[in-house]
Amino acid sequence: MSKTAGFRRPMVGTQPDYLSPGYGSSRLRSPTRPLVLLLHRESETTGPLFGADLLGPSDSDLTGQHAGEPLGARILVSGRVLDENARPVVGALVELWQANSAGRYAHAGDSHEAPLDPNFTGCGRVLTDERGGYRFTTIRPGEYPWRNHYNAWRPAHIHFSVFGPAFATRLVTQMYFPGDPLLPWDPIFNCVPDEKARARLVAQFDWECTLPGRAMGYRFDIVLRGREATPLQPAAGGRS
Amino acid sequence: MSLLMTTSQTVGPFSRIGLQWLYRDRLFADGTRGVARRVSGRILDGEGRGVDGATIELWQANPQGRYPSPLSSPCANSKLEGFGRIEASADGAFGFHTLKPGALGADQAPHMLVAVFARGLLRHLVTRMYFPDEGANDGDHVLGSLETGRRETLIARCGDDSPDHLLWDIVLQGPAETVFFDC
Repeated sequence: MSKTAGFRRPMVGTQPDYLSPGYGSSRLRSPTRPLVLLLHRESETTGPLFGADLLGPSDSDLTGQHAGEPLGARILVSGRVLDENARPVVGALVELWQANSAGRYAHAGDSHEAPLDPNFTGCGRVLTDERGGYRFTTIRPGEYPWRNHYNAWRPAHIHFSVFGPAFATRLVTQMYFPGDPLLPWDPIFNCVPDEKARARLVAQFDWECTLPGRAMGYRFDIVLRGREATPLQPAAGGRS
Repeated sequence: MSLLMTTSQTVGPFSRIGLQWLYRDRLFADGTRGVARRVSGRILDGEGRGVDGATIELWQANPQGRYPSPLSSPCANSKLEGFGRIEASADGAFGFHTLKPGALGADQAPHMLVAVFARGLLRHLVTRMYFPDEGANDGDHVLGSLETGRRETLIARCGDDSPDHLLWDIVLQGPAETVFFDC
C-alpha cells in the first residue's frame, strides 16, 4: 500500500463548476451527477517524468520558430510554478499556446477573418528550473470574436498547461493581460465568483523583466495543489 | 506560507496546436512485454453527439504494477511509459494501444486514470477505465464504492472482432453518464 501523501482538495470557490450557464459549450458537456471522491493512491500521486530530452532550442521562444519575426508586440512571459505550500515545483512541464497578434490561431478550425502569420505558430513548452521558474518569449495575442453570445469577444489570453509531480496536480488554465476591457464581459474568465481567484489569472506588468527597447515583461505565477501534511491512510476496507 | 491553487480554465477549441507535439497513442514502447490491448470508443455529450476536438490523457502502471518515482530535481531523460495523450476526432472517436497494468495491491484492480479536456469543460474531468473479465474488479475499493449501474460505466467491454480489442465510451452527461471523480 502506498504511503505517498495525497494532495489537498482545492479551496472552495477557487475552481469553476462544470456547468457554467453563461458559457454555452458547458451546457451539454457538464456531468449532472456529483463527482465521486477519489482517495489518492499511487495512480494519483505519480505521473510521467518529462526531461530535457523532449525539448528543442526554440521551444520557449515563439518568436524564433520561423525564418522571420512574427508581427505584433514582442513580450516576455515569466513566472514560477509553486504548490499551495509555496514550494517550487521543479521540472514541471509547462506548455503554452495562443492566437497570433491579429487574434487568429494557426488551427484549421479557426474561421476568424484575421490574417495568419507565417512566422508564428503560437505554441511552446519549457521545463521549470530549480526555483520553479519558467520563461517564454512570444508576442502579445490579439482579442477575437466567438459565438458564445451576441457580440462576444474573448479577451487576449495565453493558454497554459502544467504537469506537476502527479496526475492529481494536472492543471490547464489561461493567462490574461492587465487592463483588458473585455475581462468583465468574458464568461470563461468570470467562471468563479471569487474576485481574488480571477485576479490571479491576470499577469502583472513586470518592469524588472522587461528588456529595454526590446520586449515588455509580464509575470504570471501558477499554483498547483499542495501535498497533505501527513500521508492519507485508507480507512478499514479501503473506503472512506 | 499558503497559496491558493490557480483557477482552471478550458483548453478551448484549438488546444491541438499546443498539445499535439506530445500526442502518444501507444503507451509503451514496441517490444515491451505484457498483455496487449487496443481500446477504442467515443466521447459523447448530453445529446449523444460526439465531442469534437477533445484531448484525453491516460496514466497507468506498467505490466509489473509499478509507477515511476516522482521527481525531486529536473531530469534529463523522460519516462513516459504508461502515459498517453490522444486527440478525439470530430465525431468524438478515440483509440489507443496499451499493455494491461500489473497487480496493484489487494483492493485495487488494474485500471487506468483518464483525464478529459475539451471546449466546454472549464476543468478537466477525471475518470478511470477498468478491464473486463478481471477477477480483481470485485475487490476494487473504487468500483466497490459505486452503485450497480454506475460501476459498469468504468469497465470496458470486449469487442466482437478480437479479445484484444476493448470498447469504452465516455459519456459526459445523461442517463448513461460515466462516473467522474473528485480526484
